[in-house]
Amino acid sequence: MIASLSLILLCQLAGEVVVRGLNVPVPGPVVGLALLLLLLLARDRFAVLARGPLRNDGVESASRGLLSHLSLLFIPAGVGVVQKLDLLADRGIAILFVLAVSVLVTLLVTVATFLVASRWLSGKDEAS
Amino acid sequence: MSDNPFSLWVYLSQSPLLWLTVTLLTYVVADAVSLATHRHPLANPVLHSLWIIGVFLVLTGTSYTTYFSGAQFVHFLLGPATVALAVPLYENRKVVAASILPMLVALAVGSVTGIVSVVLLAEALGLPRAVILSLAPKSVTAGVAMGISETLHADPSLTAVSVILTGIMGAIIVTPLMNRAGITDFRARGFAVGIAAHGIGTARAFQVDAVAGVFAGIAMSLNALVTSLLVPLAVTFLIR
Repeated sequence: MIASLSLILLCQLAGEVVVRGLNVPVPGPVVGLALLLLLLLARDRFAVLARGPLRNDGVESASRGLLSHLSLLFIPAGVGVVQKLDLLADRGIAILFVLAVSVLVTLLVTVATFLVASRWLSGKDEAS
Repeated sequence: MSDNPFSLWVYLSQSPLLWLTVTLLTYVVADAVSLATHRHPLANPVLHSLWIIGVFLVLTGTSYTTYFSGAQFVHFLLGPATVALAVPLYENRKVVAASILPMLVALAVGSVTGIVSVVLLAEALGLPRAVILSLAPKSVTAGVAMGISETLHADPSLTAVSVILTGIMGAIIVTPLMNRAGITDFRARGFAVGIAAHGIGTARAFQVDAVAGVFAGIAMSLNALVTSLLVPLAVTFLIR
């Protein structure tokens, strides 16, 4: 468990180092995600790597544990709403309306694009 | 002796322990209610935890800074949780590899829609420029959006709030919306909620369907990349 958490933190740390070092506008944890994915894929190819947290479902079960309560992790930032109560009293309705319409439009456009693109691409595959 | 309850409160209300406990307890109750209602969209655990904790802070006159000194231990885990998304991605790599092209197309279109729609609407409603800049990155996960907001010299704390509100609204409407639209492809449903409503949408997707959760997680990570590149571009073109 501790070894698995260490591996996850290590990936994030390496991600931060890469991002700061190369000055790229990418969040460090996203680079960490890519690193962990590469490690898992490499483990399947090279048996030497299958040790410690990369063995017996170690890092996998630790990650599932973290992700099973993803909602919880947003609460501290969200409670920051108490600092913005005067702005919300002033402009709250307009801001909520803008955000609600935008999220609705984004959901519909994205799902439609995904379906059209996947139908179009699989159609082409069958034709060829 | 009559002083004791008060001095105990003064001591506890300044300690991280109390606020960490309040955060976890509130979430545990909100999540139990959500489970008892069979994950009804309106029983969203984030939504109900926020207002309960918010009311508690206002009633006790506690500052957000004091609250955050305890809650930061939970907040910190957002980073490792992002890294942990590698695992569902790895476990579903065959499904993901098979739909890589529709994903990339939907990512490009969805990401642009998320930014442009919020900027244009906010301009049409005459919101101040500082507010529009703070709302622009609202579709990506909190940490990334706050970073974007800083580089634009906007207000990162307003950005964080709009990110959370967007996530909650997305998580509430996605299931009824997709059911009504008759969309049964859980890859597409998950991907859309990951683009539109980042981690809170992803948490919702994992509640509904494992494949939807994986696609939401990928969408959220990819969108974090794309939006951090697009928002600075979009604001130069769209805001006068």
